Amino acid sequence: METIILFAPLLGALLCGFGWKIMGEYAAQWVATFFLFIACILSWIIFLTFDPFAHQGGSYSVQVLTWIESGTLVTDWAVRMDRLTAIMLVVITTVSALVHLYSFGYMAHDENFDDEKESYRPRFFAYLSFFTFAMLMLVTADNLIQMFFGWEGVGLASYLLIGFYFRKPSANAAAIKAFVVNRVGDFGFALGIFAIYMVFDTVNFGEIFAAVPDKADETISFLWAEWNAIEVICFLLFIGAMGKSAQFILHTWLPDAMEGPTPVSALIHAATMVTAGVFLVCRMSPLMEFADSTQNFIVYVGALTAFFAATVGLVQNDIKRVIAYSTCSQLGYMFVAAGVGVYSVAMFHLFTHAFFKAMLFLGAGSVIHGMHHEQDMRNYGGLRHKMPKTFWAMMIGTLAITGVGIPLTHFGFAGFLSKDAVIESAYAGGTDASALAFWALVIAALFTSFYSWRLIFMTFFGEPRGDKHTHDHAHESPMVMVAPLGVLALGAIFAGMIWYKPFFGDEAKVDDWFGMAEYHGEEHATLPGAAHAAEGDAKDDHGEKAEAAPPGQGAIYREDKNHVLHDAHYVPTWVRLSPFIAMLLGFLTAFQFYIRRPDLPGKLAENQAILHQFLLNKWYVDEIYDFLFVNPAKWLGRFLWKKGDGAVIDGFLNGIAMGVVPFFTKLAGRAQSGYIFTYAFAMVLGILVFVTWMTLSGGQ
Amino acid sequence: MQSGDLSIALPEIILSLFAMGGLLVGAYGGKDKLASLMLWVTAAVLVALAAWIGFQGAGTATVFNGMFTDDAFARFAKVTVLLSAAAVLLMSESYMIKRDLLRFEYPLLIALASVGMMVMVSASDLIALYMGLELQSLALYVVASLRRDSVKSTEAGLKYFVLGALSSGLLLYGASLVYGFSGTTEFAGIIQAAQGETPVGMLIGLSFVIAGLAFKVSAAPFHMWTPDVYEGAPTPITAFFATAPKMAAMGLFARVVHDAFGGVIGDWQQIVAALAVASMFLGAVAAIGQRNIKRLMAYSSIAHMGFALMGLASGTAQGVESMLIYMAIYVTMNIGTFAFILSMEKDGSPVLTIDALSLYSKRDPAKALAVLVLMFSLAGVPPMVGFFGKYSVLLAAVDGGLAWLAILGVTASVIGAFYYLRIVFIMYFGADESELDKGGSGILWGFLMASAAAMVFGVFNLFGIEGPAAAAAAALAG
Repeated sequence: METIILFAPLLGALLCGFGWKIMGEYAAQWVATFFLFIACILSWIIFLTFDPFAHQGGSYSVQVLTWIESGTLVTDWAVRMDRLTAIMLVVITTVSALVHLYSFGYMAHDENFDDEKESYRPRFFAYLSFFTFAMLMLVTADNLIQMFFGWEGVGLASYLLIGFYFRKPSANAAAIKAFVVNRVGDFGFALGIFAIYMVFDTVNFGEIFAAVPDKADETISFLWAEWNAIEVICFLLFIGAMGKSAQFILHTWLPDAMEGPTPVSALIHAATMVTAGVFLVCRMSPLMEFADSTQNFIVYVGALTAFFAATVGLVQNDIKRVIAYSTCSQLGYMFVAAGVGVYSVAMFHLFTHAFFKAMLFLGAGSVIHGMHHEQDMRNYGGLRHKMPKTFWAMMIGTLAITGVGIPLTHFGFAGFLSKDAVIESAYAGGTDASALAFWALVIAALFTSFYSWRLIFMTFFGEPRGDKHTHDHAHESPMVMVAPLGVLALGAIFAGMIWYKPFFGDEAKVDDWFGMAEYHGEEHATLPGAAHAAEGDAKDDHGEKAEAAPPGQGAIYREDKNHVLHDAHYVPTWVRLSPFIAMLLGFLTAFQFYIRRPDLPGKLAENQAILHQFLLNKWYVDEIYDFLFVNPAKWLGRFLWKKGDGAVIDGFLNGIAMGVVPFFTKLAGRAQSGYIFTYAFAMVLGILVFVTWMTLSGGQ
Repeated sequence: MQSGDLSIALPEIILSLFAMGGLLVGAYGGKDKLASLMLWVTAAVLVALAAWIGFQGAGTATVFNGMFTDDAFARFAKVTVLLSAAAVLLMSESYMIKRDLLRFEYPLLIALASVGMMVMVSASDLIALYMGLELQSLALYVVASLRRDSVKSTEAGLKYFVLGALSSGLLLYGASLVYGFSGTTEFAGIIQAAQGETPVGMLIGLSFVIAGLAFKVSAAPFHMWTPDVYEGAPTPITAFFATAPKMAAMGLFARVVHDAFGGVIGDWQQIVAALAVASMFLGAVAAIGQRNIKRLMAYSSIAHMGFALMGLASGTAQGVESMLIYMAIYVTMNIGTFAFILSMEKDGSPVLTIDALSLYSKRDPAKALAVLVLMFSLAGVPPMVGFFGKYSVLLAAVDGGLAWLAILGVTASVIGAFYYLRIVFIMYFGADESELDKGGSGILWGFLMASAAAMVFGVFNLFGIEGPAAAAAAALAG
């Protein structure tokens, strides 16, 4: 079953990509979609039936074949199945299957291609399926090499799909940018793998995790100094995660990636690929737990990203860019959770985020589709009557992302539960970094609420703006596009409530669910009790707990001294209320700005021109990069091309080939006089040289 | 002298007797009417001897008081020499008949030259060396001017003779110096005398000997006769010059430097390396200016001798092995190429300018493809066998500590690639269609195709010549 899930999308991609000429475009699209739905159904079966305690160590491997065997480097193609994999499987295959379906409608007529002459749809579907395969390869990997294969595979698919409209220069530029920026991260990831192989002498997860405690104090020299080996490894791996998950400094490619078709944005740049970094950190939790400094770094970066992206999102006008920055910001949330050591919560937010963010993107795609590829929100307005189904889908998505629910209960939209869990974990983190992160996240939640409602208000409420003709022809999208929205809506509403306990709510359930053994028995029966009114008390009874599971046991690992998950349940009430209040404030501000007084935003922008420009230009990060890296690199490239290659290398070779060699050819021709005495003279000269040489150098 | 001695040299004796008997039969029998038959019989005898030597011989034997050695090295060289001589004989028949050149002496002279070459590669004494060399040379002087009524042919023969005499003189002078300082003409004795502190006079003698040998392999700067003789001699003779005698001379060269002067490798190594560099570059550079394909092949052979000498210059068994492999490949390539050149005719008369090949690919795609393969192989383009020959000598040079020589070799081969590829270019992208005759002799076609096929399919195991070559090298320098 595991192998079917893994290879069905590949088969679909191959059949669709290479076979469409035989079976026809339409059939090819259906083949790819059909295989994905198979993978999706099987994934749900695994997700719902997977029992970590049925397997030794809470996970099992299905070997496909041996890949590399060279000395101690032994790598298999294998499917590692544990709770993390199971979660990622349903996220990937569900969103992917729905996006395939949605694309039937979205890609039906594309103005970037000539419908009569070009067949772009099979190519699109093949890329989507190939992406899914690579992503599955990444999450099912049982060793780092296979994971790296998937990691690069999704990078390739991402590159191909961002640049899908290859006639648009901006799309090509965005594709290259995504590829190059990811290369920076991948370099870190690759170095991390090398370091792991150097320290652990293996790249297989099981063996690495088991060996971590023994290697905790080992050092390696890297660059100019000796470092703790685990810290260096984790830091390098996190660099890789930063690139893929668009964290601050390496985030610049994600907004530009919106040049790709919207289904791509929903699948790759919201729900799946960009979360690969979070997945990597969770997967490597047994190492991360031993790298406290790196964890702090992760918290800082995550918090900064969450805050930064939210501020930029406030002023963007392109509907997809708003959502893109929102994605970037939410990824920051996940990293904060992972950084403070509650990996289950990071996965929880990843899980719910996939549903509501994919939904927002697909909804935005539906709007764009209905508005004839207009993406500027300033030209929208009043669309709720024209496309009611899309409107409601977007509403649900917004309610989910802003975190609407009933405070102090576990009843609300998916985002309400998972985001609050992140914020509470950040508060409970107990370090300087996490304290800072807590406030950054709360403020970011306020901004999130503001820009999300701003998007809704500008798009669906108020007076129609922009081209009247476009508005007259605005229409609701076909069923194939609306149906996936409906399915995702279910996830956006219920995913949080259903899986709240195993991800965050109940420690025992969390441990059971992720397969961390031993810690389930009678002791914890007392834990969720009412005895923990105050934090201080809560900390006292950790003694009662059984020993934490060893690294490698189960899908994630928590150190003995890591009580963040536990503490997060006993944070003060004001902390638990804070995200809700932030959400409410954001909503009210947006309501004031865009419904009651639509003239306010303009005035504010005028008053705070500098700040507005700063945000509108995304903190000038791109400009700084252009100045620091892009322009010098281009200059260097042009220099090496024109001067180095053109003048020096070509010039040198041309000079030799067209000047020096013909000269000698002529000389040799002239020496060949045809007279015997010339020839004899040459021989005598030769012997003269030999004898002289021998006399001078030879003998004694 | 014992009868055992005679049995070791039996192939040479048989071939000599055959040649003499053939002369008698020819002179008193039908004269030139027998020429064709004589040619086929000679070729058959050569092949039979090659097979006998190849399959029969084993071990090492030195006879005639150390004059004559039969070892794996000699056998490898002899087999190559005999087979290539037989091949050239067969290829030349139709050409000779058409031009009324086929005298009955021709195959017999080739047979005598072959005897000389066999003695050369088996020589283990300066006297035997000189005897074999002169026997070969005298026969070659004659065949070079076989076309008595052609000024060019006689000029070629005369030039070859005069310069050959000069080189013989140099060689003899060198031999006498060596004898003077070592007190013996036997290689086995020389190597003992030439250990450690070698007198300068002996090294000067060595220089003269090497100069004489370099003339025979046409290494620069002793190459000047080559283009003129190649151009002037009838084409089948040129084909012969380019194959068997080169192998024999290289074999002799290897034998002298290793058997007689193996103790002073450091001294001759530099001279051989210098010869190699000069030959490679001169061959590559000078050939660019040639439009006559025979002259072009003359320079090509000079460049190839440079590469073979590079193997020798490394001074190791590996170097000798690579040299032997290189020579075997070189001979095979040249037989194919000359089979094609022999078939280049327009209205029944030979054409030798490379411009005549313009768009030949349209006129005869199969032959054009075969020539393409041969040219690529001569240039040393990877999938072809020629590349592996070059590769093995380069490897030997690098392993022998002569990396600089290998780098120069690669540079020279890049320059040399130009004129091989130009032939291909003219054949496939020329301006106007070639007017060369179609068809032609089946034998030539067969040799061309077989040689081209060998260049392609030899990549799998080089037809197993590596084993014998290694054994031969071990016999000499092991």
